[in-house]
Amino acid sequence: MATEVIEKVESRSTYLNNGHTVKSWLLTLDHKRIGLLYLFSISIFFLIGGIYASLIRLELVTPEGDLLTPDTYNRVFTMHGVIMIFFFLIPSIPAVLGNFLLPIMLGAKDVAFPKLNLLSWYIFMLGGALMMYTLINGGIDTGWTFYPPYSSIYSNSEVTMAGVSIFITGFSSILTGLNFMVTIHTMRAPGLTWFRLPLFVWAHYATSLIQILGTPVIAITVLALALERTFQIGIFDPKLGGDPVLFQHMFWFYSHPAVYIMILPSMGVISEIIANSTRKRVFGYHFVAFSSLAIAVFGFLVWGHHMFTTSQSMYAGMVFSIISYAVAIPSAIKTFNWLATIYKGSVSFSTPMIYALAFLGLFTIGGMTGLFLSALGLDIHLHDTYFVVAHFHYVMVGGAIIGYLGGLHYWWPKMTGRLYPETLGRISAVIVFVGFNFTFMPQFILGYLGMPRRYYAYVPEFQVLHVLSSGGAFVLAVGFMLPLFYLAWSIKYGQKAPNNPWTAFGLEWQTASPPPTENFTYNPVVTTEAYEFEHVEEIRNAGKTGAIQTA
Amino acid sequence: MADSHASQYGLAHHFSSMEQQREAGTIGMWIFLLTELMFFGGMFLVYAIFRTTYPAGFEQGSHLLSVKLGGLNTIVLIVSSVTMAMAVYYSQIGEKKRLVGMLSVTLVLGLVFLVVKYFEYREKFEHHLFPAMGFYAPDAEHLALQYHQQVRVFLWIYFAMTGLHALHMIIGAGMLLVLILMAHKGRFTTSYNSPVEICGLYWHFVDIVWIFLFPLLYLTGYHLTGH
Repeated sequence: MATEVIEKVESRSTYLNNGHTVKSWLLTLDHKRIGLLYLFSISIFFLIGGIYASLIRLELVTPEGDLLTPDTYNRVFTMHGVIMIFFFLIPSIPAVLGNFLLPIMLGAKDVAFPKLNLLSWYIFMLGGALMMYTLINGGIDTGWTFYPPYSSIYSNSEVTMAGVSIFITGFSSILTGLNFMVTIHTMRAPGLTWFRLPLFVWAHYATSLIQILGTPVIAITVLALALERTFQIGIFDPKLGGDPVLFQHMFWFYSHPAVYIMILPSMGVISEIIANSTRKRVFGYHFVAFSSLAIAVFGFLVWGHHMFTTSQSMYAGMVFSIISYAVAIPSAIKTFNWLATIYKGSVSFSTPMIYALAFLGLFTIGGMTGLFLSALGLDIHLHDTYFVVAHFHYVMVGGAIIGYLGGLHYWWPKMTGRLYPETLGRISAVIVFVGFNFTFMPQFILGYLGMPRRYYAYVPEFQVLHVLSSGGAFVLAVGFMLPLFYLAWSIKYGQKAPNNPWTAFGLEWQTASPPPTENFTYNPVVTTEAYEFEHVEEIRNAGKTGAIQTA
Repeated sequence: MADSHASQYGLAHHFSSMEQQREAGTIGMWIFLLTELMFFGGMFLVYAIFRTTYPAGFEQGSHLLSVKLGGLNTIVLIVSSVTMAMAVYYSQIGEKKRLVGMLSVTLVLGLVFLVVKYFEYREKFEHHLFPAMGFYAPDAEHLALQYHQQVRVFLWIYFAMTGLHALHMIIGAGMLLVLILMAHKGRFTTSYNSPVEICGLYWHFVDIVWIFLFPLLYLTGYHLTGH
């Protein structure tokens, strides 16, 4: 179809051929290149976190603790959590896809503060380097939650260095959020009003809000913890007159909203994929947009549901429980609106759409089991069991990572100018879905039956379910490794991508694949809503002449 | 791409107009200050919790601080906020000499604050009031153990909050130094002066934090004694 465009690619200047030196990458101020720097870094962290996950599942194949010592096991599950959360999930969609796409979706040349954007990557890498130092020195054994007084006095592992690492990495997240908020406020193309924005942008706006308001609180908390551990002075250890539950409050004030930092951008990706793969305007656009903000706001008021079994007052517990239920409302609004979008749409089962459909099912299970845990009474039974582990992974892997993979496939042609092998993509998406359910569905049952989390040995009755889970994890690992290989392969050998392979709507599809350094060769003007698929043909035809959407 | 605006002085390539650039900078600083508010907010929460739990320790601890030096620093900072506001004004009407003058006075006042703070800290260290190793509250033999710990928690909060604030003052002083050099070279014009305004926002924020710290730390002893 767009062959004439493809032929010109070789001679055209793109952001990829604008400088080939290492320096041109490491000192780039181009948001697209910074997005790729993040993609490369977080993929490495994902691999490291994945190796730890494999060690956990291998140990749990047998009831006895035979592969790892108890102390090593503690370090393994802690490092799995810390690396996956702080170094993969939190930066994943915003720092890679958000960085790459947000300015293009807004019709801007770059984010508002390109230097801050590059700085945030360096801060991230500095934090990552310190975490690697921690890892080489044996890692930490406190669990990713760092509860004192264990973390502040008793643990013999590198808690201080890990705390400093997370403190530093937090600023990277804050700077990204700040940059996005300012960019969305000030850099929109003429005609791109708030309610013409793609839902991806709305989701990132809500995410940024959490990043700038929540992250500083975890920063001050881990800083206080590191000081307490180093100088034996502080506010968390009861021996020093401190209050350990205060740490839990401050920790979860960030770390609960942090799960919305991970899931909200994924919801933005799903909105884009579903709209395009059904050729329909997202049903109830305004509701989906505002539900992102509602999740961000409610998300700040529910942290106490992690502390139902502490000395937290019963009345506080009741309030936290009710507000936790309330978060389900905006989440359900999104889910039902996506379903309504699919209804009577012309659905195509491309790889991104398979991921999006997987998201719908898995996120629903993850969300509904969250309601079990926000029930005051039931949570006493389920607290600190594998039920919590399964719930969390259904939201984080089934929601966030599947959204990330779907988005990565969806925008891969735009980012690299190459098409990924579609059949392999579909196969691996199905493998991920099947492997994921085999891994984590048994853990709901395990948890309900009383298997506590963070144990390296268990009673023999649980073995069947644990073996199922470990087998599923192997399948899941295959599903995650496949894209790594074929996406890398496609960069060099993949078929060249046309500018708009999905015949999709949205400014990012109207510029070339890969885009030029300045994103657009003209100044885009927006005259329509985000998902007007009935007009996509004429817009695409206009795109070939270069006078796209200039009204 | 190379539109007419590209040649405009002080305009970065990815913005389309000076207004857009100024707006982005200002919103950016306000959002950053929100982040700062939450950062200090964590410490204010810690303060609120322990003041409610340990009123006796807070009363005793507060009396260990010098109201005179703290009061002096409060006045110094309020005056520095006034001079900063005047610097912003002079940058907008393009009076280069007065701009450099006001920025310099602000910087000097900021440094006066830090010097006074240094003497306050030194006095605490000399009297073993730094809550780490060798901490020894006065009249410790008369104090029950839990009061001793309460005073220590108060002093931890004092050092953490004022230390964090002093760190922000040092960063602010560095920003002022850069502004002075830029202003001296005549970089600011009536159409390009947003750096002065944006740094001014930061400076006022740091001052306001101190306006809360002073009564909460230095005066709370008198408040609690009065009851």
